Parts: sequence; structure tokens; C-alpha cells
Amino acid sequence: MSLKIENLTANIGDREILKGLSLEIPKGQVHAIMGKNGSGKSTLAKILAGHPDYEVKGGTATMDGLDLFAMEEPDERSRAGLFVAFQYPMEIPGVTIANFIRAALQARLPEGEELDAVEYYEHLYRQMDALKIDRKFTSRAVNEGFSGGEKKRCEVLQMAMLNPVYAVLDETDSGLDIDALKIVSDGVNAMRSTERGFLVITHYQRLLDYIVPDVVHVMVDGRIVLSGDKTLAHKLEAEGYDWVEKQQPALA
Amino acid sequence: MTTLTEHPTPASSAWPAWFQTAQSDALAEYDRLPPPVRKDEAWRFANLQALDLSAFVEAPPVASEGRLINASIGLNETAAKLILGNNALLHRESTALPEGVIFETLESAATHHADLFRRFFMAQPVELGSHKFAALHKARLAGGAFLYVPANTSVALPIEIFQWAEGRHTSVFPHTLIVCGENSRVTVVDYFKSADHLPAFACGVNDLHLERGAKLTYIAVQDWSRETTAVHLNSTIVGRDATSTALIANFGGGYVRGESLSRLVGEGARSEMYSINPVEGTREIDQRTLQDHVAPHATSDLLYLNALDDKSRTIFAGLIKVQPGAKGTDAYQKVKNLILSDDADPNSMPGLEILNDEVRCSHGATNGPVSAEELFYMAARGIPKDKARRLVVNGFFNSLLERLEDDALRAHLESLLAARLAIT
Repeated sequence: MSLKIENLTANIGDREILKGLSLEIPKGQVHAIMGKNGSGKSTLAKILAGHPDYEVKGGTATMDGLDLFAMEEPDERSRAGLFVAFQYPMEIPGVTIANFIRAALQARLPEGEELDAVEYYEHLYRQMDALKIDRKFTSRAVNEGFSGGEKKRCEVLQMAMLNPVYAVLDETDSGLDIDALKIVSDGVNAMRSTERGFLVITHYQRLLDYIVPDVVHVMVDGRIVLSGDKTLAHKLEAEGYDWVEKQQPALA
Repeated sequence: MTTLTEHPTPASSAWPAWFQTAQSDALAEYDRLPPPVRKDEAWRFANLQALDLSAFVEAPPVASEGRLINASIGLNETAAKLILGNNALLHRESTALPEGVIFETLESAATHHADLFRRFFMAQPVELGSHKFAALHKARLAGGAFLYVPANTSVALPIEIFQWAEGRHTSVFPHTLIVCGENSRVTVVDYFKSADHLPAFACGVNDLHLERGAKLTYIAVQDWSRETTAVHLNSTIVGRDATSTALIANFGGGYVRGESLSRLVGEGARSEMYSINPVEGTREIDQRTLQDHVAPHATSDLLYLNALDDKSRTIFAGLIKVQPGAKGTDAYQKVKNLILSDDADPNSMPGLEILNDEVRCSHGATNGPVSAEELFYMAARGIPKDKARRLVVNGFFNSLLERLEDDALRAHLESLLAARLAIT
């Protein structure tokens, strides 16, 4: 049981961004992808989510054997158990967080079945309390006027509510101060389980001190070029990415 | 059956003799005035075929009185309620009206409060094109609602008015006249509803008068059936330091023509003119507005939101007029069209006429589709596209409802909107 990506190539317009990426995240593990800006990390997250601007040219992605790319609409992938926390979450004017998450949960119920409103709010408030999000946020429009940290906490809140099988966190640490980073990391760690896999995409090693990964991958120019344990993250932090690129003459 | 151009059935009139005479004159005026033509600027882009009234007749008394009363459900807590069906009073209740407040039928007010009635009833000249319909309204007016709030009186809970139309080719002439005395406060919700899905004609007028320092919130929930042709003429006169907040929600109607005039006659007056218009199918909402700044240092803020789906049409023509003496005017006018279909047809004509140079005015119109990025974000959380679109439309309108101060009122309107958009 895993989230498995094999030889994935993908474009935005005519530009090839992913150039044969392979990666397998077994259920129960946390994997991290590190890489420089422009290496294609965020593209991977958006492609898995099904962003319409990107075109998959080749390769496969499966979730516990389920063909992700056979599900054309992003909402199908989400309901099948995939969650992507975005680097830049969208603002949705006039749609409150409570109504937004409620609609997302309602969409997971069979036709004709109604979400129990009381249970829903209890659940929502519990998760908000855990993430130290003021309960007043339920009536605020999704991400509108939120600080960077509030947006990221709101992404983690959505993840906690939607209870995915695989979660991809794209630069969830960017824009967070140290307190917010701890809160967000606690939220993620609380969800670690043998029944769930995580892919944590980050630019900095700092996040991985809080969300300790089982495996660290290094991405260069649209491919995974090196994988190792958590000490790889420390080495990258100390020595930068140049030595990785030098080891990969074919990519120069 | 009496057609609209014949004299009304005399037995049906509860009006004083002098007003019945005025009604005869109005009917003659209606006959005399030419029908609107598109080359008239006030009717530019309008679909005039919808205004063929030959099939409509004088409304008979309602047949389903009990059902309509039971279906007149609004806020949980109100100060008073008036329910009219086919121009006649069906029900009246008053639970929390302060002393001195007059809330009764218009025809009763014409007799018992003739001075107020004569002073304020249709006192403003028609400015936005519907001279003929104003004459018809006056000629055929049979019943309506009258509210007078005396000086220094606050009505804590909202007052509700329900005006029903029932029957094939029925015609209704709803009228709401509100006079707010100095430093008074009141909120009124006016519902326009159909008992059935039969062709009908509605020609309504509301007159709002705010004396010095008064504060009025007026909400019109227009929920006529899709088979209804409706013309609604609104005028608001705002006195010194008074604040009017008027919101028109056009949830229903097949063809709707709305004219809203706000005249700021006292220094420091403030008028907020809001409208939310979800339109789909082949429905058409044609709205013309005038923000008339007569007094100095007054503020007007107009925001009209249209969401157009299918082959629907909207027309917005707005004018901010700053009279020579209105220095220090602060006027804002904006129409936003959210376009949900390639076949939708929004027409926007914002305008300014400024005769004083110490003013701050801005106006504009925007057209935009639902953002693909917003839809993607919602889809990434599992929300199907159709539902996501409705949530975005709901959010688009909610961002205006957020401006209402009264929490219970706002929540009520949000739930009406959500039901209208089939969100829940």
C-alpha cells in the first residue's frame, strides 16, 4: 500500500518541468522532498492534485493501486483520499471556513445523506482548538485577509477534517514563525499513523526537525536524484545543493 | 374580469373619495402616456415585449388565505407583521411596537392619517423612465402598508410585510410607505411572493422618508414566480444626518424592472443602495438608479451584484448627480457582474453628472467569470464543480450581506440566499 509515482513527465505549456520522476511513499511513512527553487517540487504537488494548467506527458501515479490520473477531476482525487496543502492557498471571498469544510465533507457522503451539523461543529472546534485557531475563524471567508501563518494553519485544519489517506504538504513551513511552525508540525504529527502516508515538500531543513521524515529525497531539475535518511537533510542544510548536482553530471 | 385599462370595480375601493378621484385622473394619465420605447435612454437595452399588459386583469380576492398566511414565514422575532394577498389585508399582528408607531394598511392611513399620507405618498416625481407605470400603480392601488415611526422612537425588532400574488393573469400593486421621524430607528423586511406559478403582473412602489437623524434599514426580498412580470419603483428621501440602508434582493420574477432613486436632501445624509441579483434561464433584471445629491456633505454608496447564468440578462444604468450646492459630496457607485455562462448578457451603464467641484465620486462596472483557481482549490478539497460554483456565487453575494449590522437579519438573509442557490 503506497502512493507510487513512476517515471512521471509533465509540462506547463511547452516547458517540461518533471522529467521522469519516480517516488514511492509506503503507507505509514513520512517522506520529504527537498530541492532548490525551480526544481519542480510545487509542480509535483499541483499535478497530483489535478491542476488544469499542467499536462501529464508520461508515467503513472497510483494511490494504493488506484490510478490517480484516470480520475480527471481534482475533486474525485480528493474524495479518493488525497490531500494537498498548497503553498499559496486561494482566497474564496464570502465563503466561510465552516461552510467550505462542511461542503467538502458533505461531498464525501452518499447522495441523500446529510452531514450532522452538531457533530460537525464539535469536530471542527476540536480540531481548531488543537491548532490554536480562534473559533471566530469559522465565520471568516476562506483565507481572505489571513496572514501567511493563518493560511497554513487553515490548510492543516482542512487536512485534519478531511482525514486523507495520503497528504502532500507543499512548503507548509513558508511564512511561518517558529511558534506557528511548532503548532502546524504538531498538527501533522498528530495525524501520523500506519494508515496514512505523508509527502512533505520543503525548501529548508528546519521543518524536518519538527516533522521527522523516514526518508528524504533530493529533487533536481524535475527528478529525484538522491534519497537517504533524515541525516541527508542536515547535510543539505550544511553544504547546500551543489555537491548533489556535481554527483549528477548527466543533469548538468 | 376587469382589465387594467378599465376603471376598477368601485365596490372594491376602501379609499377616501378625494383619492378615488386622483385615481381616475391617474388612469387617464396612464392612457395618455406613450408606452416606453428603446430609443428613450431610460429604456435602452430593455426587452419591452415583456411589458405587454393586455392579458392581465384586476385581482380577485385570494382563494387560499390560510395557506398564504401560514407560508408567510420570515424572521423568528419581529415587532409586527402585515400580510397582504392580491392587494387586500389578510392578517396583521403586532407584538412589540413602541407607543406612537403607526403600522396599518395604506388605505386606512389615507383616511385616518390623511395629513401624513398626502405629504408623503408618491411625493417624488418619477425620474427614471416609468412615468406610465407610476400612473398605473396609483390608478389601480387597492392596498398597501403604511409605517410611521415617531421622533426619538426605536423599534428594536424588525417589522415584516408580506405581499402575495395569486391566480392566473392576476395583477398586484404592492405599496410600502415608510416615514421615519427625527432620530427614529427601524428595520423593515418587505417580501414579495407568488402563491403559484401562473403568469402575473406586479407593479409596486415603495416610498421611504427619513427625517433628521433617522436610521432605516429596508430589505426587499423580491421572490415573485418566474412567470411574473414586475415593475418596482423605489424612492428614498434622506434628511440631515439620517442613514438609509436599502437592499433589494431580486430572487424571482421573469422580467423585472427596478427603478431606485435616492435623494440626499439634508447635510450629512447617508444612503446605502444595495442589490443582489442571481439570474438564470432567460430571466431579465433591468435596474436604473439615481443618487441625487442635493445637500452638502452627504454620502451615497451603491453596490449592485449580479450573477448571470444561462441566457439571462441584466441591465444596470446608474447616475450619480451632484447638484450645484452639494459640496463635499462623497458618492460611490459600483456594479459587479459575475458571469457564469457564455450566453449571459450583462449591460452596465454607470454614470456621473457633477455640478460642484468639491466632491469625491467614483463609479465603475466590472465583469468577470468565476475564478478557475478558486474552483480548483475547492475541487482539491473534494467539492464538485457545480457545487463549488454555487458556493462561489453564494460567497459573492454574502460579501455584500456582511455589510448589514443586525446579526439576526443577516443570518436570515444568508439562509434565504443559500436556499435560493440550493447550497444546503
